[in-house]
Amino acid sequence: MIINHPLLGPRDAAEFIYLGDAALIDRPDWQAEDAAEQFHAYGYLRDNVAGPMQELWYHEQGDRSWLVVTRDTLTHEITNVELARDVARNRGRSV
Amino acid sequence: MSQVNRIKGGLIDRSQTFSFQFNGTQMQGYAGDTLASALLANGQTLVGRSFKYHRPRGIFTAGSEEPNALVQLRSGAHQEPNTRATVAELFDGLTATSQNHRGSLKHDLMAITDLMSPFLSAGFYYKTFMWPKAFWEKLYEPAIRMSAGLGRLSMQEDPDSYDKGYLHCDLLVIGAGPAGIMAALTAGRSGARVILADEDFTPGGRLNGETLEIGDMSGQAWAAQAMAELASMDNVRLMSRTTVYGAYDHGTYGALERCTDHLASANGKPRQILWRIYSKRAVLTAGATERPIAFGNNDRPGIMLAGAVRTYVNRYGVTPGTRVAVFTNNDDGYRTAADLAAKGVTVAAVIDTRNQAPAQDIPGMRHIRGAGVVDTKGRHQLKSITLTDGQMIDCDALAVSGGWNPNVHLTCHQRGRPTWRDDLNAFVPGDTLPTGMAVAGAANGALTLASAMAEGRDAALAQLADLGLKASPIDLPRAEDEARDGAAVWHIPQSKKRAWLDLQNDVTVKDIKQSHQEGFRSVEHMKRYTTLGMATDQGKTANIPALAIMAECTGRTIPETGTTIFRPPYTPVPIGALGGRARGQEFRPTRLTPSHEWASANGATFVEVGNWMRAQWFARPGEKGWRDSVDREVLATRGSVGICDVTTLGKIDVQGRDAAAFLNKIYANGFAKLAVGRVRYGIMLREDGICYDDGTTARMGENHFVMTTTTANAVLVFRRMEFARQCLFPDMDVHLISTTDAWAQFAVAGPNARKLLEKIVDADSQDMSNEGFPFMACGEVTVCGGTPARLFRISFSGELAYEIAVPARYGNSMMGALMEAGREFGATPYGTEALGVMRIEKGHAAGNELDGRITAHNLGMGRMVSKAKDCIGNTLSQRPEMNRDDAVKLVGFRPVDRAIPLIAGAHLINKGDAVNMANDQGWLSSVAYSPSLGHSIALGFIKSGDTRMGEIVRAVSPVHDKEMEVEIVSAHFIDPEGSRLRV
Repeated sequence: MIINHPLLGPRDAAEFIYLGDAALIDRPDWQAEDAAEQFHAYGYLRDNVAGPMQELWYHEQGDRSWLVVTRDTLTHEITNVELARDVARNRGRSV
Repeated sequence: MSQVNRIKGGLIDRSQTFSFQFNGTQMQGYAGDTLASALLANGQTLVGRSFKYHRPRGIFTAGSEEPNALVQLRSGAHQEPNTRATVAELFDGLTATSQNHRGSLKHDLMAITDLMSPFLSAGFYYKTFMWPKAFWEKLYEPAIRMSAGLGRLSMQEDPDSYDKGYLHCDLLVIGAGPAGIMAALTAGRSGARVILADEDFTPGGRLNGETLEIGDMSGQAWAAQAMAELASMDNVRLMSRTTVYGAYDHGTYGALERCTDHLASANGKPRQILWRIYSKRAVLTAGATERPIAFGNNDRPGIMLAGAVRTYVNRYGVTPGTRVAVFTNNDDGYRTAADLAAKGVTVAAVIDTRNQAPAQDIPGMRHIRGAGVVDTKGRHQLKSITLTDGQMIDCDALAVSGGWNPNVHLTCHQRGRPTWRDDLNAFVPGDTLPTGMAVAGAANGALTLASAMAEGRDAALAQLADLGLKASPIDLPRAEDEARDGAAVWHIPQSKKRAWLDLQNDVTVKDIKQSHQEGFRSVEHMKRYTTLGMATDQGKTANIPALAIMAECTGRTIPETGTTIFRPPYTPVPIGALGGRARGQEFRPTRLTPSHEWASANGATFVEVGNWMRAQWFARPGEKGWRDSVDREVLATRGSVGICDVTTLGKIDVQGRDAAAFLNKIYANGFAKLAVGRVRYGIMLREDGICYDDGTTARMGENHFVMTTTTANAVLVFRRMEFARQCLFPDMDVHLISTTDAWAQFAVAGPNARKLLEKIVDADSQDMSNEGFPFMACGEVTVCGGTPARLFRISFSGELAYEIAVPARYGNSMMGALMEAGREFGATPYGTEALGVMRIEKGHAAGNELDGRITAHNLGMGRMVSKAKDCIGNTLSQRPEMNRDDAVKLVGFRPVDRAIPLIAGAHLINKGDAVNMANDQGWLSSVAYSPSLGHSIALGFIKSGDTRMGEIVRAVSPVHDKEMEVEIVSAHFIDPEGSRLRV
């Protein structure tokens, strides 16, 4: 597969490490009332998506960016690639 | 033997005669021959025995689809089994042997198997060898393996080398037949970056085997001229002897180039290169494969596909026999008859299954219409054929044409499905093609020359336009649209004898019918039940006729029946090529520590730790075994001073205004309040609360930390920290750099460590006194008169100890300098074994303890996990089940009988309890002989261990069939108060 890195252009997927669902960005608040339940869901519950999915890929053999790649798990078509840091900021992790 | 079947003409070079051997017989051929054409020229029609029934077999095709003519090439370690003679290029000195027979090829003792064929039908393994169960491994399987199979491996290491390479292009053209050449010319002339790959050693595809004309030239001449033009273009890369074997995601293709297979010696060059081709667009012009018609005894040597006969006659100047019959269900077969006649070969008859063939009769030739072949005779070579009306025709070769299948394989490698075309009686590429691929020519169902050339050009134009590259249509030379009508005749039902579909796996029409009767009706079930379409040819000639017969049985149409899934590779790829250079010692990189050279020169035995080679111990003369060396190193270190290269531990430089806050998130214990110039031990958790890694982190400045990780987790910890930095805390001002390779680091441990280092560290750069540089201090210093260094007062051994780091390039010299400075103290280098013994004596957890199941609570470090801050893992580490009082705890163990060695991995059972899982109390994780104490010691985990000091339990190892009594003691065997650290 070819991942179109937002900073470096098209790169072979072999340069990357795959982590999984980009929901891992949404780490719960440790001080929430139900923090244990939220962390349980965060750590153990995953959707098994057939179709477009947001995934975390790490450019370990490259610039060490974490990317959020929108990939169709049925066709491997990649429709969007963003820096995970930008996604995290957009999801309100700046504070 | 002489070249009895050699006839005039062909693309061979008769001025270059090559000698070769087949089964020890010396034969001759010419440059430009394949092994198959040379064998045929020499009248060697019988070339092998079939897989299951040991039937005599000949050459069936002239290309990579060959199911029959599999031979062993070369000898000794270079021997290669199961090579298709039809694609093996002849060279002077080639040796080949036939396969799968006991005794001679002509008189195979295993031919008796054929007589037992009624018992060996589809699925016979599953039915016959079921009982008794114990017989399978001892009797049935060895017997089957002896009797079935193909070639043999040399059982020696592959002496050849293989390379891997990467290529990029705008347009990849797969196949250099008429359509492919037109596509490449169109793109090449436009200036696009083009790769044209072809599996053959002479590009041109079917033009080489036909008498077709293009413009005013022969097809061969046109192809050669076009290839010469392409070769002159800098933007075009021509790759002959290169099979594009797989279509992968996003325009990536796998290709195998055979570089030296056609030479007597590789001369040190790589034998084959596995290419990964990144294409923006591709045009598949892979041509078509002819299929046979199934009839009784259709597997005899001398029976060959009609197109292959044309290729042997026209390209190689070889006739498969002296009296050749043609059996066809389509117009294309007539071309074979005409080409044979043109070369003066007698054509016995043209038999057409159709009553009214649109093709014109060939003058002077016998035509039989509305007939079929039902049986054949001739054990080692065809002698005659019998037709549906009972008449026999004498012939020593039979050319069979059942129509043509477009080579759709690569179009289906991304799960695309081909679609059926009734007018062609064949599958053509479907709508879902791999990204960026277009298909043209015969591969796309354009089976006539003129239409194929036009499609090739137009496909290239469309692909270039899609890329935004300018191209103009090149002229289409005049070419023929040959007659191509045909009938959907797959087998001759009047045949009483076995009719073969898959020659390689000995699958007959009857087997397909049986598969249907027994309920294996889906094509995927049929394939696995009958083995149809497996092995080296993957059923290229067999699959479609078999599908057609299954369709007949079920009453469904062929498209309803469907095809099996096409997967890479298109043709076999040697494991050696997939491995490339990554084999043996080069399987993965080897990392050497900075003092490797010094260690090699000083008696080190090395051990692989991940990719690292680390000194395990340093043997001295007179030492009888590793234990002698290790015991000496431990005692010398504890007695005076020892030195160990600890560079392999991961080092991560953490800098930024939020560096302290960031480390507070990463480590379970607090780091925010660590003073500048101090070091702290830290423990990292996974988000689920399990311990992940540990190490020390030094605060070199307000915004600058140096972290160490375990050797094994260096890469993983860094990855996780980058995840936390970018994904969880995106606005923290912190940056990470891995500096593992940048600094050579040495542990200097033992009561004389300070004295030694005082001679190394420049006095004006650091006060080395206990007050000036206390336990857990760190700082920037200079050594040896100005070389920058970092000094840490940390200890893994439990002794007064330091770690000193210098830029990696000084590492080897530093080791020498430390040893020189330590000479007066008897400084001793020590390896990983002594390091391990000392950490066990001291009760430090390492990889054996941090095994992915252990929590800080288990380690007795539960209180280190801060509840006052957010850090990775602390929420889930507080789950009640992970904090039970009766959880296993890290403690020490010693044998009650001090003379007994303990066993790592032994499980702990209370005295009097039965040895079973229910009574399991824990286990011994790390075991060593302690030279300091004079007996075996262990670290381990046992339930409520912290409250059971002095208790005797049993350490049981069922795998060793051993059991011993052990006493629970403190994990700190040496200096439990830590007083040695602080002097």
